[in-house]
Amino acid sequence: MNELTSLSLAQARDGLAKKDFSAVELADAHLLAIEQARALNAFVLETPERALAMAKASDARIHAGKAGPLEGIPLAIKDMFCTEGVRTSACSKILENFVPTYDSTVTSQLWRAGAVLLGKTNNDEFAMGSSNETSHFGPVTSPWRRKGSNVAITPGGSSGGSAAAVAAHLCLGATGTDTGGSIRQPAAFTGTVGIKPTYGRVSRWGVVAFASSLDQAGPFARTVRDSAILLRSMAGHDAKDTTCIDSPVPDYEKAVGRSVKGLRIGIPKEYRLDGMPAEIEKIWEQGRAWLKAAGAELVEVSLPHTKYALPAYYIVAPAEASSNLARYDGVRYGLRVPGRDITDMYERTRAEGFGAEVRRRIMIGTYVLSAGYYDAYYLRAQQVRTLIKRDFEACFKAGVHAMLTPATPSAAFGVGEKGQADPVEMYLNDVFTVTVNMAGLPGIAVPAGLDGQGLPLGLQLIGRPFDEETLFSAAHVIEQAAGHFKAAKWW
Amino acid sequence: MSVDAATVRRIAHLARIAVAENEVEHLQGELNAMLAFVEQLQEVDVAGVEPMTSVTPMAMKKRHDKVTDGDDAEAVLKNAPASEDHYFLVPKVIE
Repeated sequence: MNELTSLSLAQARDGLAKKDFSAVELADAHLLAIEQARALNAFVLETPERALAMAKASDARIHAGKAGPLEGIPLAIKDMFCTEGVRTSACSKILENFVPTYDSTVTSQLWRAGAVLLGKTNNDEFAMGSSNETSHFGPVTSPWRRKGSNVAITPGGSSGGSAAAVAAHLCLGATGTDTGGSIRQPAAFTGTVGIKPTYGRVSRWGVVAFASSLDQAGPFARTVRDSAILLRSMAGHDAKDTTCIDSPVPDYEKAVGRSVKGLRIGIPKEYRLDGMPAEIEKIWEQGRAWLKAAGAELVEVSLPHTKYALPAYYIVAPAEASSNLARYDGVRYGLRVPGRDITDMYERTRAEGFGAEVRRRIMIGTYVLSAGYYDAYYLRAQQVRTLIKRDFEACFKAGVHAMLTPATPSAAFGVGEKGQADPVEMYLNDVFTVTVNMAGLPGIAVPAGLDGQGLPLGLQLIGRPFDEETLFSAAHVIEQAAGHFKAAKWW
Repeated sequence: MSVDAATVRRIAHLARIAVAENEVEHLQGELNAMLAFVEQLQEVDVAGVEPMTSVTPMAMKKRHDKVTDGDDAEAVLKNAPASEDHYFLVPKVIE
């Protein structure tokens, strides 16, 4: 690891402003790190030429005194975000050769702020997975390993490539998308910070759609401050996304370091699962103690419908996915497999273009939306969703400012260790994160420690709608107490 | 509720995904595992509960009904597997 890749995003920003080094030097250092880390399979496309051209333009703007808030900051972009002229595949065979003619709103805002594109990161196919193993480009290997073991560990998913790239210091920050936990679970597994903002805070336009009422984009970074800096540039109103809210974006960085004295932090008792590893309970207890020591008031709260969030999610998300993914028909873009007539062409294209997990979810979604089953499944799941949201609203109404929970029910697992026989085993990974998507709330995962095997464990803070600031303040308290965690370089 | 082999074939066709005969049994098992998992929702009392249709309460945004974009057939067709004279090409649909 070289000096420039060891900086935080905030440090790099300040160093660039002081002209301690150039944006080209910073990009070069990260491109070299990426090249040396191909064993991780974190990137599905490296864009060194574009990176250097963008960095050169950044240097010119810095010299002209026209630097943006992210001027010269090299970032990695999850392959779910459309990038103009740069292949965007959602890590699916069906979009293997898709080159968008436009940028997503999020990425265009990042470029406007001066950020530099290093490349596109690996993810579960169409963001459907919790281990990055469903990617058409193969799994990502986490930079983390169990103590004294060479077994490949998953970085989690679906944003596994972004999480691994940030943890391995291949970029200063990265984008992710989170439909059921796809930012927070990989952040927890890799010792990085990941925030899923409130539904509607960040535009979904130009992001490959999975489940539109749950999808939300957010950043990965190595510090709470860095993630606050990134979110500010990613968020904001967009007329092209009708669910995107028209309200000013706060300067989130100002919330970092703000006191949590007097904040009421809810501890949901339903998150204490039977058979939860003692280390998860211990880290949760530790988090409570840190917040209490910083002056927060802890209150036990109840979210009685918690256990129904995951099953309701596995109706709502596949239903929306089956509808969203209907567009991949081999006509307007993507793979086409010829058939004897148009229906045969559709069926062959989709059978060959989609991987097993995506096919399974489309089929479940098709079933629960089909005539005669809609009320029993989809309608009921949407009613349960209302109940889940009401649980949170009742707590917030009673004066709770945020909630503290574990981020995941375990530390990271090995590649190939889970979900082989029963897909539901993999789904259980999202048990603590999925409630937040169902209720449209913001949630942040922040590193809190290492388990007995030396793997990172994260805590999650859940906030009131559009109150990401409180999450940054409280997460910073945990970060200050827990410290930072870095994987030993083996690649 | 669970699905039989005929239902698996019917869903696959509705979803426009070709399924080989030797895949049906495996898919049936996976779909039934998922359906068994979501079965617990039946025990929730949802009487009188409004289904969630909007995540964040907000008024539907409206815009003027006018063309603000377009006239860029080249870009629209750029990723098409087959096109001709600014049209997408598909196999013959009407006999």
